[in-house]
This record gives sequence, structure tokens and C-alpha cells, in this order.
Amino acid sequence: MPYERIKFYQTGSFAAGNRLLPADLRSVQSSGDRANALTCGHRACQGCGEALGARYALDAAMRATKGKLIAVNATGCLEVFSTPFPETSWQVPWLHSLFGNAPAVASGVAAALKAMGRPEVRVVAQGGDGGTVDIGMACLSGMFERDDDVLYICYDNQAYMNTGVQRSGATPPAARTATTPAVGPEPGNTFGQGKNVPLIAMAHEIPYVATATVADLRDLEYKATRAMDFRGARYLHILVPCPLGWGSAPADTIKVARLATESGLFPVFEAEAGQVTSATPIRRQVPVQDYLRLQARYAHLFRPRERTDVIARLQAAADRNIARFGLRAGPGQPEQPERPPVPVAPHRDTPQER
Amino acid sequence: MLKQIEGSRAVAEAVARSRPQVICAYPITPQTHIVEALGALVKKGDLNAGFLNVESEFAAMSAVIGASAAGARAYTATASQGLLYMSEAVYNAAGLGLPVVMTVANRAIGAPINIWNDHSDAMSQRDAGWIQLYAETNQEAADLHIQAFRIAEELSNPVMVCMDGFLLTHASERVDVPGQDEVDAFLPPYAPRQVLDPADPVSIGAMVGPEAFTEVRYLAAERMRQALDLVPAVAADFAGQFGRSSGGLVRPYRIEDAELIVVALGSVLGTIADAVDELRDDGIRAGALGITTFRPFPVQAVRAALDGDHRLRRVVVIERALAPGSGGIVTADLRAAIATADGGAPRPEDTIISTVIAGLGGRPVTRKSLREMLTSAAQGNLPPFSFLDLRSDLVTSELARMRAARRSGPSAENLLRDLGVTAVS
Ligand SMILES: Cc1ncc(C[n+]2csc(CCOP(=O)(O)OP(=O)(O)O)c2C)c(N)n1
Ligand code: SF4
Ligand SMILES: [Mg+2]
Repeated sequence: MPYERIKFYQTGSFAAGNRLLPADLRSVQSSGDRANALTCGHRACQGCGEALGARYALDAAMRATKGKLIAVNATGCLEVFSTPFPETSWQVPWLHSLFGNAPAVASGVAAALKAMGRPEVRVVAQGGDGGTVDIGMACLSGMFERDDDVLYICYDNQAYMNTGVQRSGATPPAARTATTPAVGPEPGNTFGQGKNVPLIAMAHEIPYVATATVADLRDLEYKATRAMDFRGARYLHILVPCPLGWGSAPADTIKVARLATESGLFPVFEAEAGQVTSATPIRRQVPVQDYLRLQARYAHLFRPRERTDVIARLQAAADRNIARFGLRAGPGQPEQPERPPVPVAPHRDTPQER
Repeated sequence: MLKQIEGSRAVAEAVARSRPQVICAYPITPQTHIVEALGALVKKGDLNAGFLNVESEFAAMSAVIGASAAGARAYTATASQGLLYMSEAVYNAAGLGLPVVMTVANRAIGAPINIWNDHSDAMSQRDAGWIQLYAETNQEAADLHIQAFRIAEELSNPVMVCMDGFLLTHASERVDVPGQDEVDAFLPPYAPRQVLDPADPVSIGAMVGPEAFTEVRYLAAERMRQALDLVPAVAADFAGQFGRSSGGLVRPYRIEDAELIVVALGSVLGTIADAVDELRDDGIRAGALGITTFRPFPVQAVRAALDGDHRLRRVVVIERALAPGSGGIVTADLRAAIATADGGAPRPEDTIISTVIAGLGGRPVTRKSLREMLTSAAQGNLPPFSFLDLRSDLVTSELARMRAARRSGPSAENLLRDLGVTAVS
């Protein structure tokens, strides 16, 4: 199968990963020989955070495994926009089975690779938040508990986007979705519900758990790479803004993701064997309003009148996260955790050689 | 090697000799002994395979899907509620054309929950796109698994081997479990058509819209058509190598001149053969037709078996599952097979078909009851639809109760009270 060469149009942007740095410090995304695991031509919306997150994560995983990677995909936007028959955007071997079984399918792939004596080929399973925290939860927990050699990546856009933005167990409180409409005295999603799957993953004491966002490319690449250092079950939870479902501008995807972390609403951390080993401190905490205002799913918090009561509850949740994960940058705390650069070894032989 | 051995154990050994590379297990009675035996073989190191203790049947089928797509020979087993729980993945395995093999230790479906044998489970998946083979004996159950891997892999289609729960799985009989060399000679290693491999990255399981979905389904129908040739060919090969006949499409018994033909699937065929012999002694020209391959339904083979000399014939279909509101599942297929008559016999108007629902939830199908029922059929007294050995006293009183007070809800508990049995969960 022929590989697409990558065309870079960005210049020196944060997202493209500092191509002007010395080669050994550059991000995977900035290198011309990245796998481009999810290549162009797919049908995601403009500014889709999930498409971006998937490419970032899989390209890093491809480099870390020298191109020896198999991906299993749950049903959802990522699956639908990437493989409209007879086309595919995947440049990795890729299998889609069902909505709720990606972790189990991946366990089967990993078991087969082991049985066939191919331990160098690694397995990634990926799905949306609905496919992960709701319908796929049993299979995910089983995969974790057995410590199967699978990296599971959840692309969290906080609702069932592919079916038209319905509430999932990862939808935040107050957010409007098609099934938590912005009507009545308490518009949007209910407070006090939902689950935190990174913490659930940690409770399984699997080797590695991490969260990331598409706003911090280097951190995301580091974590996808780091995950490949481990054998056994690993979990990577990536916040991926969805312009369509969140009602944010396509051009603001990175900004919205960054504000999610800088407000404290989405804590970025990593954990090994059930213990948090690092948390990314917030350089400059912003009020949650800065994050909420960019998204039409929270418009009812500002119009017709500002719901200071609801906003205060969201701010309290953000503050709790900051306290819980120690996210406040302060004296004695590094601005950014130490991140070894992602190794630059080409992820595979050049396409022409195959 | 000939052994006195439990059916489950015989099947486990036959599966092990087929060298599966990934086995997924989730326990449900009466399938448990099969996966337990396989698990022990793997643990001891006698079988070199991955053995996954998964968290549900849905995961079990999903994991064999992953394993098969990655190029490994994959196997699982289930029954009843477990088969329903994995149903979405059962369809998916067939849609993906993955040659996995699964044992279904046939058991009833609740509510009311019931661990005993009938065919409700496998029948519920008859349109899932799997080849369905039904074993009559434990010897056949063991043999069918070895054939199943070959059929599945030659056709790139999953195969379900159905064996009656308890009646076969837990019965100890003499079984000739084939040796490793014999199985190796019969079953070549799995050579997948398309596989997940970084050296040649393919996308499997893409979304298909109206422009090609019909064609994909046509090809599924075509694979089933090919199975109608392949299944008997593999059975013939098997007979050639192992010297016994197992599998195939249909199994007629004393059918040539029969005026009364009993059609059935699975282990009840043994009892039916005895009843047929007794009816013959009584002067009734009876015969039996066992359907070994239920999916694809062997229309031509059934027609050929029922092809007589246009005498009026009575066909009694023993159904081990009820299709509420419709009647018998096998009957419907049989009727359709006969109705396609185009010049050749049997003609529908020459055939009287009766459906007899029998052996639900473990109720024994006895030779005595069969003989009485078939005798009345021969005399023209069997209604088109009936239940064998129905406790009419029980249903009559419950029906009366229902007429007296209009209430909704489960009825099983009332029946148990009438029987003087306390309900236990
Ligand atoms: C068993 C089953 N139930 C429901 C669906 C319908 N469905 C397909 S994709 C989807 C939403 C996916 O949401 P998520 O996992 O969050 O991924 P996203 O599309 O948001 O990326 C749903 C509900 C399905 N395909 N299968
Ligand atoms: S709906 Fe959201 S997740 Fe789906 S393709 Fe569009 S932006 Fe991406
Ligand atoms: Mg989602």
C-alpha cells in the first residue's frame, strides 16, 4: 500500500511541533517521515479535535513501535469519517468490529500476536467517550484487569457525536446535548453524574494511565510514546474538542482544549501502577467562563442572563481538580514536567523500500 | 483412540487437536466442561494456545474476532443466555467473514431461566450468517469440530457446532477421539485471506452504504450456497480418512418407502430411530430425516430425501424450539423446501406437515411418547401444531385463572405453585 508524503503548510506553529528546532528536539508531527497514520481525505468536520488527536497519538505510537502497530477502532465519528467504503484514511492495519467491543477485539489481536510469536507488533484500541466510558466499559475493564498488552486510547469529546450529540457518561454538567437540552429551570446536563475513567483505570493498577489534550502536542506525543515502553494494559484519555457538538469555532479547537486544562476542568496527568507520577501544572489559571464562553453548548449559562450559580459550581469543580491533582504552578514546582524528547529514529523504512 | 469419555471432554480434545491458537472462555452451563478441559490442556502446556478468561460472552466473541482477523485460529464456546449476550458480535464475525468455530451446548432461553436442553439458543442465531451443524452423538460432536475448522477456513465463514446440552455434553460414551497426526493430515494450518499485518496495512470493517451493501450480502448468500457443496465434500473426505461418517447435510433413516417421515435435529434422532423401528414392527412405514446442516438449509438434499413416488406423505417435524406466534422454525424451512417443487416430487399437495414442539427446557423426549404421537399421525389424527407431552392440567388451570382476573406478569410461578414446587431462583 503506497504511503502519502506529508505536505506541511503551517510554519513554526505550536501545533506543528517546532520544526525549526534541532532534529532531535522536534515533535513527531513536525517530521516529514511521520507515519501519517490517519492521512488526508477523511471526512471529519473542520477543526475536528478527534481527527487531530488520533493522528498525533498514532503517529507517536507508530514511531515508538517502528511501524509495528495494529489499530482496533470502536464505532463512532473516528471510524465513520475515516472509512467510507471503499476508501480508507488509515495507513496502519486497522480493524473495526462494533461499538462496545474494541478493547476485547484488541485483546484478541494481542493474544493472536503472542500465540503467533510476533511480540514486536503492538496493539492500540481506540474509541470515543461513549464507546469507552459507557457501552465499552465492561470490555475495557476486562482488558485492564487481565493486563492484556493493549494501549486503549479514548478520544473524549464529551458526547455521542456520531449519532448527533447525545449525552454520554463523560458529558460534563450543564453542557447542552440533544438529550440534555438547554430548557427548563436547570438546562443542560445534570450535576453529580458521570464517571472519571482515568481514575477507574488507575483503580485497576494497570502499568500506565495518562490524560492529554490536543492543545499540548508534545505532551500527547510523549504520553503515547511512554505508553509503548510498557507491556500490559495502558490507558490514554485525550480531550478532543468537537466544533460541531460543542458549538465552538473550528479554528478554536486548540484554544478550547488549552482553556479546558488552564481552567482546571480537565486535569492532565500520568500515573503508573495506580499512583499519579506527574501532573501538568497550570501556568496561568483562567476562570471557567473563559472556557465556557467559546462554546454554544454552554450558551444558556450566559443568555438570557448569566447563571452565576451554575458557573460557580463549575468553577468549584475546576478548583477541586486543581487541588486534587496539585495543578497549581508555584514555587518549587516546574512550569512543565520534564519531558524527554521523543526519539527521532524513523518509525519505519521509507515507503519506497517496501 | 477409543475411550469412554464425557462428551465435553471429547469435544475439548478434538478442538485441541485442531490446534487453535486463541481460545476464549466465559462459563455457562452446560458448556463449562468444554472450556475447563481446554483451559487445563493449555495450562499444562499440552496445548500451545492463548487462553483468555474474558468478562462476558460478548467479549469472548469479540476477542475471537480480533484473534481471527490477526491471523490466528480462534475458538470459543457458549450456550443459551451467553449466545444471546454475544449476539451482536456473532453477526459481526460472519459479516467480517472470519472463520471462527464455536460450540453451542444447546440450552433453553429464559425467562423462566432454565439450564436444560433445547434448541432455542442456536435457532435464535439462525440468520446470523454462521454455518450451523447439529451433532447427533458425541462421536459426531467431536468429529464435527475438526470438520468445522476446515469448512470455516476454506470458506472464510464462521461455523457453529451445536450439541445438545447435558444429553451430549455431560453424557459419557465411547468416542474415538482422533489422534494428532490424523487431525494434522486432515486439517491444514490456517492460511488467512486477509490479515492485520503492519507489512501490508489493510482496513477491515469499513462502513458500507447503499451502493454496495446489497452486494456484500449477496456474497454472504453465495458463501452459504458454496457451503452446500463444501460441507458434504468435507464430510466425505473425513469418512475417507477416518472410516466413519459424520457430518454432511442430512441423514435419512429407513426413508426409502416411508409414508411417515420424522424430521429432527440433534441427539433426539437416536430416540426417533428407535421409535421408527418400533413403528415398522407395528406395520407403519416410518422413517426419519436428520438435518445435520441447518444453515445453510439444505433444500435440495431435503427434497431429494423426501422424494418418493408421489404417495400421500405425512411429515412430522420435531421442533426443539418454539417460535411464538409462528410455530416451528424448522417446519417453515421444510415447507419452503417442499413448496419449491418444480416438476420433481415431493409435491406440497401430497404432503401433510405437522409441527410437534418437543423437549423444551429439558423435558425428555421419550420413545414411548414419540411412538404414540407418530401412531396417531399415521392414523391422520395429529393436529398441524401440537406440543408433545404437554401437561394440559397445568395450562388449563392457568388459562382459567387468566380469564378470571386480568393481570399482567410472569406465569411460571403460578404453574410451580400448582405443581406444589416452590420457586427457587
Ligand atoms: C450497540 C450500538 N448502539 C448504538 C450504536 C449507535 N452509535 C454509533 S456511534 C455512536 C456514538 C459514538 O459516540 P462516541 O463513542 O462518544 O464517539 P464520537 O462519535 O463522539 O467520536 C452511537 C451511539 C451502535 N453503533 N451500536
Ligand atoms: S462531529 Fe465532532 S467528532 Fe465528529 S467529525 Fe465532526 S468535529 Fe469531529
Ligand atoms: Mg464522543
